[in-house]
Amino acid sequence: MTAAVVDIDTALEQYDPVMGLEVHVELNTNSKMFCGCPTTFGAEPNTQVCPTCLGLPGSLPVLNAAALESAIRIGLALNCEIAEWCRFARKNYFYPDMPKNYQISQYDEPIAYNGWTEVVVDGETYRIDIERAHMEEDTGKSLHVGGATGRIHGASHSLVDYNRAGIPLIEIVTKPIVVPGDKAAAVAKAYVGMLRDLLRALGVSDVRMEQGSLRCDANLSLKPRGASELGTRTETKNVNSLRSVERAVTYEITRQAAVLSSGGRVTQETRHWHEDTGITTPGRGKEQAEDYRYFPEPDLLPLAPSREWVEELRATLPEPPATRRTRLQAGWGFTDLEMRDVVNAGAQELIEQTVALGTSPAAAKKWWLGELARAANDAGAELDDLGVGPEQVAAVQKLVDDGALNDKLARQVFDGLVNGEGTPEQIISARGLALVSDDTALSEAVDRAIAANPDVVEKIRAGKGAAVGALIGAVMKEFRGQADAARVRELVEDKLSS
Amino acid sequence: MSSITRDEVAHLARLARIELTDAELDHLAPQLDLIIGWVAQVSDVAAADIPPTSHSLPLTNVMRPDENRDCLTPEAALAGAPAAEEQRFRVPRILTEEA
Amino acid sequence: MGDLTRKTAVELAELMSSGQAGSAEITQAHLDRIAATDEAVHAFLYVDTDGALAQAKAIDERRAAGEQLGPLAGVPLALKDVLTQKDVPTTAGSKILEGWKPPYDATLVARLKAAGIVILGKTNMDEFAMGSSTENSAYGPTRNPWDLTKIPGGSGGGSSASLAAWQAPLAIGTDTGGSIRQPGAVTGTVGVKPTYGGTSRYGLIALASSLDTPGPCARTVLDAALLHEVIAGHDPLDSTSIDQPVPPVVEAARRGSVEGLRIGVVKELGGEGYQSGVEARFREAVELLTKLGAEVTEVSCPHFQYGLPAYYLILPSEASSNLAKFDAMRFGLRVGDDGELSAEEVMAKTREAGFGAEVKRRIMLGTYALSSGYYDAYYGQAQKVRTLIQRDFEKAYEQVDVLVSPSTPTTAFGIGERIDDPLAMYKNDLCTIPSNLAGNAAASFPCGLADEDGLPVGFHVMAPVMKDERLYAVGAALEAALAEQWGGVLMTKAPELEVAGR
Repeated sequence: MTAAVVDIDTALEQYDPVMGLEVHVELNTNSKMFCGCPTTFGAEPNTQVCPTCLGLPGSLPVLNAAALESAIRIGLALNCEIAEWCRFARKNYFYPDMPKNYQISQYDEPIAYNGWTEVVVDGETYRIDIERAHMEEDTGKSLHVGGATGRIHGASHSLVDYNRAGIPLIEIVTKPIVVPGDKAAAVAKAYVGMLRDLLRALGVSDVRMEQGSLRCDANLSLKPRGASELGTRTETKNVNSLRSVERAVTYEITRQAAVLSSGGRVTQETRHWHEDTGITTPGRGKEQAEDYRYFPEPDLLPLAPSREWVEELRATLPEPPATRRTRLQAGWGFTDLEMRDVVNAGAQELIEQTVALGTSPAAAKKWWLGELARAANDAGAELDDLGVGPEQVAAVQKLVDDGALNDKLARQVFDGLVNGEGTPEQIISARGLALVSDDTALSEAVDRAIAANPDVVEKIRAGKGAAVGALIGAVMKEFRGQADAARVRELVEDKLSS
Repeated sequence: MSSITRDEVAHLARLARIELTDAELDHLAPQLDLIIGWVAQVSDVAAADIPPTSHSLPLTNVMRPDENRDCLTPEAALAGAPAAEEQRFRVPRILTEEA
Repeated sequence: MGDLTRKTAVELAELMSSGQAGSAEITQAHLDRIAATDEAVHAFLYVDTDGALAQAKAIDERRAAGEQLGPLAGVPLALKDVLTQKDVPTTAGSKILEGWKPPYDATLVARLKAAGIVILGKTNMDEFAMGSSTENSAYGPTRNPWDLTKIPGGSGGGSSASLAAWQAPLAIGTDTGGSIRQPGAVTGTVGVKPTYGGTSRYGLIALASSLDTPGPCARTVLDAALLHEVIAGHDPLDSTSIDQPVPPVVEAARRGSVEGLRIGVVKELGGEGYQSGVEARFREAVELLTKLGAEVTEVSCPHFQYGLPAYYLILPSEASSNLAKFDAMRFGLRVGDDGELSAEEVMAKTREAGFGAEVKRRIMLGTYALSSGYYDAYYGQAQKVRTLIQRDFEKAYEQVDVLVSPSTPTTAFGIGERIDDPLAMYKNDLCTIPSNLAGNAAASFPCGLADEDGLPVGFHVMAPVMKDERLYAVGAALEAALAEQWGGVLMTKAPELEVAGR
């Protein structure tokens, strides 16, 4: 049963959306948050557990110093204040994937707070205030057995693997985000994308949304346009890609608008985003708001990071996103409009990495914003997820520069790369895309074209230089376009000038 | 403040995941009421300007280097499990969505 | 050589190092004593006969091979069933852990093994250490060897009873509000609560994380000191563990001098509610210490009386969270898993079946105190009382080196006498609780028998954080002086237990 929706434009005429984004980041430390178990992804079940992360009686947590360091660096990169003194807290609730039935987290004393960041959408800069960033531990993973879809509904039992229990997480929470309604979804997407790039640049996580090392929960409420009182908000989970962020926000706006417009009230609840059907559905089984009974974690001592240490860590930060963007734009010689397109497409880092491999900025932009952006759009994916990397783009452009390919052939190579047909060389070979550059063959073809088109030759000798095009065309046709057009022109001109 | 009802005890029991019997609920409510009334005397001296103590040790910044330690074998980890299947802990069907 | 079970740990160590007896023989003697007396006393929940004898044999072989062994190597010990011992049943006195065998050793247990100490078995206790009489054990009470109709104290009644029944010369207990000291007092044995953080909690099944402290129990002060040295010290697996050298407790126990020591008698811990026989023995002990060179004054600690209600807010709060892990999912009891009931229902049924009344009561209390809307009024306030008590101690320690009081208001009461009155039961901990809230070191030493009932009275000593050696100085001085009066330690005056069979 699909909820009623109002179309997005109508919704935004009547209501202003207010968003809150919560992003969880899995840190890439060697060991877990509170114990020395390994963190490598994809191990056999329950092979990376110990008394502490299994929550066995008698076990105790000890904080991972690298996790604290990453937490502080993330906070600094988001322009947060770093707490002079803070503690961990227990968040108490029962769930089979939570070994202690409390999560060690931070409550009213986060390690970082009161920060801000910026995102750029369509050339406009939007400032997003950061409420807090805090440390917590991840849960185990459950397989639900017996139901139709592998989800909880209809399952007869569950199988729990605690390998991921205790993995270090940083939760980043924004303050309410108030931007023009028609930009909300794009801003949300841009924020998560920016965070992803930032965290990658910090080196603290591999930020792979599809693997769960970067997770986004989107909170959304609507208020009538111009009103000041906030509406009831919902929290949407299972938003597993940048595209989903945008789609889920848009959908929730339309769904809530329909509810409100029909005189109903939005239920405060957690909802689940479905990528396949493009809707959110209510979560199951939450009758009342949970009472987490937070209290300071007695098994862990307070943290008091010295200001000297914080400054040392500040010195390790990568350049801020805005500075980086300006520097790259200047270095590449792009106009503001061009840079806007680059940022909108999420291609900035990809272009940078391609340029670092020797490709000209213009060529890099051409491919990433052209052929590849088109392919991504067709596949409903992000550029990052296409499976084509900067190395391959650089390699293809080099082949063009060396005269082994022309533009048209290069586009076919990219098509092959997107389809996973192998390396550029393999694709060229398999599809027969190589440019003919054998001078003898070209020369002979030119001779044939000259012989076959005496009237064209007449025109050329009479001074109509443009007619050369017809001869070049004839040669190109013979080689089905796989000839180096510039060399053919040279040969034609040489032969006719003598 | 110190009148704890049977319903409140039932709510606490739900929060604490203990299926108390009716007899226990009847029995516990007055007992808890008595105890809570007695412990409430801490307010007599706990003035607003007294800072709370959560840790008796004046230590801070206790942490460990980001190094790996030996894990339990899966056999050892699962040895005490009430039920196990496919090297995982088998638990009855879960009703609520993950939080 | 005489009856091996009547020896101190020091004497047994001497017999072994001089080659007069081996650990196997000594261990067997204690196992025999357990077999003969434990039906009556019920100090043990599990006797690890094979494991103990194997440990003992291994020690004898190493000694025979010329290896240098520690001062307590080969000496048997009773371990409170609240510490994990790998592959040995560990229940914390609860049905919810019946049959559970931990896959790992507590750090403290690993240190005992490394020292060559022979662990005889796991001793009885109040369920999850909640109680002052061991009557809350899910496996039946332990009886005081001085009078089998009386409680042996709690929560560590099994450990102290095993000492008082001559079943072991050494024992390990844990003290959250007096669970080592109070049983020590009512059984005429020595019980020490080290500075909080002085002994590792890794592997200690948690009750109240900010209060729990494992500690040594013995019949003599020097034995306790030697055991203290083995188990204490920093543990990187416990964040609340103190990274400083162990205080010089053995040295202090050997010297046993109180010359020039300033002793403060806590004014508020005495008077109404205290048994006259207890107060009499206490005052005599204080006079004795004065004769031995101590300077005694009276000190006021006005907030100590609020320690009891604060404790009964802090402990249940932390415990309600610590006990949440007992949920039938990964270990322990599981009830009601019929393929139909949900995980949530199985959890609730299991906890209902597996937890006893006192545990349920405290979990409810703690859940209430931490509930939204109540935190500031209860838990938050209790944490402030903690600050006030710490300040009382700090102020007192500006004037004196140690504080003293009776260990308990009364001698051992009858089994069944207070079980239906939780508040009356809680009041056993009046004297002992302040040290737990402040994290200080404290101990109970035997100081005589009460005239009314001939039952043991304990002398309670409190010392500042990481000044544990002062406890042993006072304890040893008192022990030596009283031994002159009694012809030996207090335990030598205990009535003989009837031995079963043979």
